[in-house]
Amino acid sequence: MGEPPQAVRRSPLGHLAAELRAASVPGTVTVREVPFVRQVNVRGPGGKPFPAEPNTVATTGDAAGDAAGDAEGDTVLVWLGPDEWLVVGPGEVPGMPGAEHESVADVSAHRTVVELAGPAAREVLLKGCPIDLHPGVFPPGRCAQTLLGRAQVIIVCVDERPAYRLFVRASLAGYLAGWLIDAMREYQCHTY
Amino acid sequence: MLLIPCPWCGPRAEIEYRYGGQAHVAYPPEPAALTDAEWAAYLFLRDNPKGPFAERWCHAAGCRRWFNVLRDTATHEIHFSYRAGERP
Amino acid sequence: MTRLATGGRIDRSAPLTFTFDGAPYTGYQGDTLASALLAAGVRTVATSIRYGRPRGIFAAGVEEPNALVEVDGEPMATATTVELRDGLTARSLTGRGRLTAPDDQADQAGHDRMHAHCDVLVVGAGPAGLTAALEAGRTGARVIVVDERTEAGGTLLETRDLVGDAPALAWVAAATGLLAELPEVRVLTRTTALGRYDDGYVVAAERRGSRGRLWRIRAAEVVLATGAHERPLVFAGNDLPGVMLAGAARAYANRYAVLPGRRAVVFTTDDSAYAAAAELAEAGLEIAAVVDPRPGGGPDTAFEVLAGHVVAGATGTAEVTGVRVAGREIACDLVLVCGGWNPVAHLYGQAGGRLRYDDDLACFVPEGTAGRCRVVGAAAGEFSLAGCLGEEPRPGPPAAPVWLVPGDEPGYDTHFVDLQRDVTVADIEAALATGMTSVEHVKRYTTAGTAHDQGKTSAVTAVGVISALRGVPMGDLGTTTFRPPYTPVSFALLAGRDRGVLHDPVLTTAMHPWHVARGAVFEDVGQWKRPHHYPGPGEDMAAAVLRECRAAREGVAAMDVSTLGKIDVQGPDAGEFLNRVYTNAFAKLPVGSCRYGVMCRADGMVFDDGVTMRLAPDRFLMSTTTGNAAAVLDWLEEWLQTEWPDLRVRCTSVTDQWAGVAVVGPRSRDVVAALAPGLVLDNAGFPFMTWRETDVPGAGGAARVARISFSGELAYEVYVPWWYGLALWEAVLAAGEPYGITPYGTETMHVLRAEKGYPIIGQDTDGTVTPVDLGLGWAVSKTKDFIGRRSLSRSDTSRPDRRQLVGLLPIDGEESLPEGAQLVEDPDVPVPVPMIGHVTSSYRSAALGATFALALVKGGRDRIGTTVFAPLGDRVVAARVADPVLYDKEGAHRDG
Repeated sequence: MGEPPQAVRRSPLGHLAAELRAASVPGTVTVREVPFVRQVNVRGPGGKPFPAEPNTVATTGDAAGDAAGDAEGDTVLVWLGPDEWLVVGPGEVPGMPGAEHESVADVSAHRTVVELAGPAAREVLLKGCPIDLHPGVFPPGRCAQTLLGRAQVIIVCVDERPAYRLFVRASLAGYLAGWLIDAMREYQCHTY
Repeated sequence: MLLIPCPWCGPRAEIEYRYGGQAHVAYPPEPAALTDAEWAAYLFLRDNPKGPFAERWCHAAGCRRWFNVLRDTATHEIHFSYRAGERP
Repeated sequence: MTRLATGGRIDRSAPLTFTFDGAPYTGYQGDTLASALLAAGVRTVATSIRYGRPRGIFAAGVEEPNALVEVDGEPMATATTVELRDGLTARSLTGRGRLTAPDDQADQAGHDRMHAHCDVLVVGAGPAGLTAALEAGRTGARVIVVDERTEAGGTLLETRDLVGDAPALAWVAAATGLLAELPEVRVLTRTTALGRYDDGYVVAAERRGSRGRLWRIRAAEVVLATGAHERPLVFAGNDLPGVMLAGAARAYANRYAVLPGRRAVVFTTDDSAYAAAAELAEAGLEIAAVVDPRPGGGPDTAFEVLAGHVVAGATGTAEVTGVRVAGREIACDLVLVCGGWNPVAHLYGQAGGRLRYDDDLACFVPEGTAGRCRVVGAAAGEFSLAGCLGEEPRPGPPAAPVWLVPGDEPGYDTHFVDLQRDVTVADIEAALATGMTSVEHVKRYTTAGTAHDQGKTSAVTAVGVISALRGVPMGDLGTTTFRPPYTPVSFALLAGRDRGVLHDPVLTTAMHPWHVARGAVFEDVGQWKRPHHYPGPGEDMAAAVLRECRAAREGVAAMDVSTLGKIDVQGPDAGEFLNRVYTNAFAKLPVGSCRYGVMCRADGMVFDDGVTMRLAPDRFLMSTTTGNAAAVLDWLEEWLQTEWPDLRVRCTSVTDQWAGVAVVGPRSRDVVAALAPGLVLDNAGFPFMTWRETDVPGAGGAARVARISFSGELAYEVYVPWWYGLALWEAVLAAGEPYGITPYGTETMHVLRAEKGYPIIGQDTDGTVTPVDLGLGWAVSKTKDFIGRRSLSRSDTSRPDRRQLVGLLPIDGEESLPEGAQLVEDPDVPVPVPMIGHVTSSYRSAALGATFALALVKGGRDRIGTTVFAPLGDRVVAARVADPVLYDKEGAHRDG
């Protein structure tokens, strides 16, 4: 007892890290878990910096424009609904000008994040995602709550590689990882 | 598979939605004031027209908003959608 | 019969060996199974389904009715569309279909699925489709072209047509080259559009070697350039091997360099067969005669034309040896037939499009657009190549169809309409004789048009025969309905990768690896995997559950309760909101306390239950049953968004934020004391139905502990963020080790709660049970309104003889009542049997030393003390009705 918290915490896909690495085909498509990402679900009337346009993300902090939210102090605000956002990243939860948040809930452990990147990433997603991911329709800075396979996910397009961040419930992460590994299998063998 | 226009997220495939039955059937303000027959009508009786029908859908796998759709039950054509609380 | 030395789109440097019905053959890359069989001289490929007649290859594409084969385990393929590959093993399908593949031979090909979106989907890459694709692609539109053949070109692959002065295939090559340069255009060959659904949704199957990919394409506009299928002619003996569509023979010669016979009679009502005859003759086929019922015949030709005549019958037994025409017999081994062309309007029909019978073209043609579908080219009745290319159409002469060719002998027993279903004109006569007049009825009565080929060569022919027999115009009869799929599709392809472990999502908790390692037996609860029990060495389920129950009642036991749904309810009106959705009151619940709540639908029937904690004046943490979390959240949102938008309350799902462990039993306080050293645990400092925040050093620190009991024992639920769930579980087990802590599963949880008469929503309820029926009247407020309240005073819900939850104690304490067993009053079980209720839960109790059950029984609370009976087929089990609380009714165990 009394161990430092980091020593005993486990991410939902920590035990599958090697499998995800093995499924990755560098230069084509790679997959990895981005564990322990701080996430806060915020509901309220909104206002800057919360994006008002549906299915978009906004970024605050130094590395503005990076929709990944990895940089120190960087915060990404993901539109989830007309009164709902996911605040991603270690920074402060912004206030809503002229109004209070109606709900603030720490959901950091509720979902984990899977990053899928590379020229074939879009095609992998299209095997199970019914929304239009064409770069003209779903470029970096766009997000959507939708289905991937049979899993509900939040998809954020991060950059033009393209790279996508998939937010998935912790309990469902194992299914999603298995689904992605299976969907990526064809890129492993060149005969396919 | 229908392509249903969520008033917030735009057109999405039917599998992202949950059906909610006839729209504009308000919860009676004073249920206790209703007779059994009136209350049963609220609970159990809904229109079933052939043709345009205002119905509720929930974008369950998306933004989770409930909204209304005017859909033709004979052709499945969706004329338009509008937000909860709005009238067509 | 003959492989031509030159020409065709086969690769003579790539010979392929294959077997058909056990015999070895050789073909070439680029062949279909059918073309290779024809080249090898195989005339008979099937035996017909009803009459056992020999059948040969009849067509060259998807419309093939006869050459149905099983290929390398794929159970139903047409030889005309199977691409030859080395080592291919095929066998003909004879007689009726059977499912023979055992599980270990199930299709494991690893089929795939792909979603796609486009502005324009073009179905068919023939001249009209390529023209439409170029037109759309040049505007910058996102275009997808799908075509069932191995390469673009459509029927141009099968003819020697010219575009301008050059071979049409040069035009095809140029067009595909232009399309390849357009970045937003994608051409999918080997891809068959199977069905058209609402809002421009088209499902297509792509063949990728032995694997398939199912495309789900959403298009703003669908251009149907699906071409036309050649119609056969209905004459005596028209099913003999050697009778073949004229266009098919043309395709075999031009595309595959195969002559399907040596000496042919052409029987046609349409000019297109003249061109076919000319090309085949040039390739070396002897054309004995052209039989053309039209008085003036067709275009100028070098062949002998028997104008105004018909083939009165084909002769031969195993295969065609000649035809009878104008009183003479002409020897031949091939009869090339053409009765005109049918636009391929399947997808258009599926889109709700209406077909119009065109007397000049003698076919059903699409009329206008339907459901985002626009039809072009031959599919629209534009049969000239120029017209398909967007140039000035060159219409042919008015058609003069012959739907039914009279024989020189009476009767229609060998006039076949549907070769696959073995339906003859005599069968249609019989249907009409029974009084059926509609084509839909005749189809169902005769089965014409219901085979794998969806009636591509038979459906319109059948309408024509009905028209001829009844003397009713074609347009008055109409066509049968088109339904997907256009060609057969395997369930394996439709399933794609959604099979095996990916068949349905599996939800697991943070502790799942521990449960697996411990050898837990799991059960599915919703999509969750939950430990059902943890068998010890040599233990069966009953023994394990008795042991787990005893630990919880007498020592201490632990359960993973992470799966309970959790909803964070926040806002100034949160208390008022919960007052409205729960039957009991929550607005005045103190911060730091918990309360059990019951939710009803508007009809007053129990929908969910659970314990809710008040975290702050404006914040509650609601828990739901494991399987109902999403439904409850949707329900809350529905009321907030549609009925009470004025309430300032917001809900957030936090189910997976928290991992939880229930620590249950008389020694649980000792375990929690070791786990959370800073926590005050006596009854006064930490009373029942309150919660505390504390520090659990072994599980990351901050934790929430609630004194909640679903067993009647002293119990705690400890919650930490998911990341620390496994650490928490291990810390609980370590802290409990001195007390013999025992992990327990859902079965033990069910027994413990049932002994206390606590219902499980979804097990003891079925959507017809009110809180009062369950004995939860104490949790139904008399003073506030809540969803469903009005329903509880309806005449039906206030009946005294409603089914009520009671306990059942079998008179023989070894007898276990099966869940679902019906209950009766009379042990003699008179028929009809008046049933008074059913068993909802049934267990063996360690605490009671006997079996017991919960049941819903009519007027059950008034029957307490009486005996009811469960007829179980071979015996009748008697049980005493009891109060549902069978263990510790006074609640002495709750506080330890």
